[in-house]
Amino acid sequence: MTKYTDQGKQDTRSGYGAGMTELGRTNPNVVALCADLVGSLKIDTFIKESPERFFQTGIAEANMMGIAAGLTIGGKIPFASTFANFATGRVYDQIRQSIAYSDKNVKICASHAGLTLGEDGATHQILEDIGLMKMLPGMTVINPCDFNQTKAATIAIAEHHGPVYLRFGRPKVANFTPVDQKFEIGKALMLNEGTDVTIIATGHLVWEALLAAESLENQGISAEVINIHTIKPLDDKAILDSVKKTGCVVTAEEHNYLGGLGESVARVLATHYPTPQEFVATQDTFGESGTPDQLMEKYGLNNKAIEAAVLKVLKRK
Amino acid sequence: MPNTQELQDLVVQVRRDILRMVHKVNSGHPGGSLGCTEFFVALYNEVMDLKEGFDMDGIGEDLFFLSNGHISPVFYSVLARRGYFPVEELNTFRLIDSRLQGHPTTHEGLPGVRVASGSLGQGMSVAIGAALAKKLNGDDHLVYSLHGDGELQEGQNWEAIMYAAGNKVDNLIATVDRNGQQIDGATKDVLPLGDVGEKFKVFGWDVLEIENGNDLEQVIAGLKEAKSRTGKGKPVCIIMKTEMGNGVDFMMHTHAWHGKAPSDEQLATALEQNPETLGDY
Repeated sequence: MTKYTDQGKQDTRSGYGAGMTELGRTNPNVVALCADLVGSLKIDTFIKESPERFFQTGIAEANMMGIAAGLTIGGKIPFASTFANFATGRVYDQIRQSIAYSDKNVKICASHAGLTLGEDGATHQILEDIGLMKMLPGMTVINPCDFNQTKAATIAIAEHHGPVYLRFGRPKVANFTPVDQKFEIGKALMLNEGTDVTIIATGHLVWEALLAAESLENQGISAEVINIHTIKPLDDKAILDSVKKTGCVVTAEEHNYLGGLGESVARVLATHYPTPQEFVATQDTFGESGTPDQLMEKYGLNNKAIEAAVLKVLKRK
Repeated sequence: MPNTQELQDLVVQVRRDILRMVHKVNSGHPGGSLGCTEFFVALYNEVMDLKEGFDMDGIGEDLFFLSNGHISPVFYSVLARRGYFPVEELNTFRLIDSRLQGHPTTHEGLPGVRVASGSLGQGMSVAIGAALAKKLNGDDHLVYSLHGDGELQEGQNWEAIMYAAGNKVDNLIATVDRNGQQIDGATKDVLPLGDVGEKFKVFGWDVLEIENGNDLEQVIAGLKEAKSRTGKGKPVCIIMKTEMGNGVDFMMHTHAWHGKAPSDEQLATALEQNPETLGDY
């Protein structure tokens, strides 16, 4: 199978920070907002280089979302950032009315999504944010897989007019996609061609999907691996082209199986090409404290879980 | 600039528009709309520096944000009569396929509206953002906003009030419609607001009062005074006392007309009290 090399583990939030640094230097309309989590969001360099374009709102996320909406009036491109839990669920109505329904060009940038936030526990580990955001009309939802892709996505969304939810995480994970890649919103990426099963993964689970595919190859199973970094709009064609070849699919995400990538894929399949599907996702539960690896193991979100789901779905073909 | 009589005529005509709009669809919010008619007429025809036509960014002109979006009838009437869209379009208020939604929205592309409002408590944050964008753009025009007093029960306002003072957003004039009423009754009974002006003051705002927000000259004078206080390091707040339902005797001194349309007979009585001035749509 296609070989991918980890260029050295890095956190995806640092990819966001690197993207913001570049935008600070190249796009004078980009402004940043943060609700008392500058260090965690890695935007120190942007702030240092463009202090007049940074707005510290304090611990007041609702106000931050409203200010971001207002800043677009006058041509600014606000990147409003905080932890995923506070960037979505806490301010859902502010996003719904002042940003989405008002067609505002706000980029909601959310770190520490999912279980891999780790020790802080379930209060901070949102596993419902993709669902919340994808249900909003007009909202683009992106969950890049590593440092390089998060940096590229951050830069790309500045060029896209309309509200975007960009989701990334806390832990250092494999960084394996190309440096300075061009990021195309809504375009799925074929990582490995295969014939027996399709694995569609997003975010941190993409690397795990590649590890699973490698192990499956050793068992004589040819897995196609697709990186769906954009959950909305979804690349229906890439999904359908693949399952027409393989006849079964496993979706993998660090999110509740209700409302996540898996359900979006299921909708495409049910509508166009009914296909057996297994979901690697949390099972309608909250998380808990632990190390990221422990949590991914306990909640069935790692390469072993993907492998098991593949073996299960193959029997349903 | 129109003279005082012309503005007064416009006030009466806007009242007629409000009453006829809500009567036609038997829904909408006439009480707060009537209470704020003088404010809207003054703001759009005497106080704000506006460009011809409409573009979303509004660079080089003053901006207005309506936070308490349910008083859309007065907003729509004043926008139409200021030339943002045809007055006849008021006929489509709350009807299917209309740009005049129950609560204001940008979604249908109605000129003059820059953000959706209706879910309360969000407008001040948006106004602050627009004011910050003006500063970044080197645009010395002002941002105005209007808020219901009951609306201040929403916590987001206080995040915004704290932010605007803490960050010296001094190109913002936020007006509170202090009519003392909300859906369930008097604000003092539903959830007492206390001394609203004092609250703004201790948060760091420059606060002034319009004692009678239904006296056109007082409203104009108050808004101009507020304007003169901008650019001095503090956001400016106007506490504007109004009478909900002003101009229609049976709609005053009660919260009953917050979100209720008049019957045919009630409409006839209300219109008699407000004879046609500039021509009905």
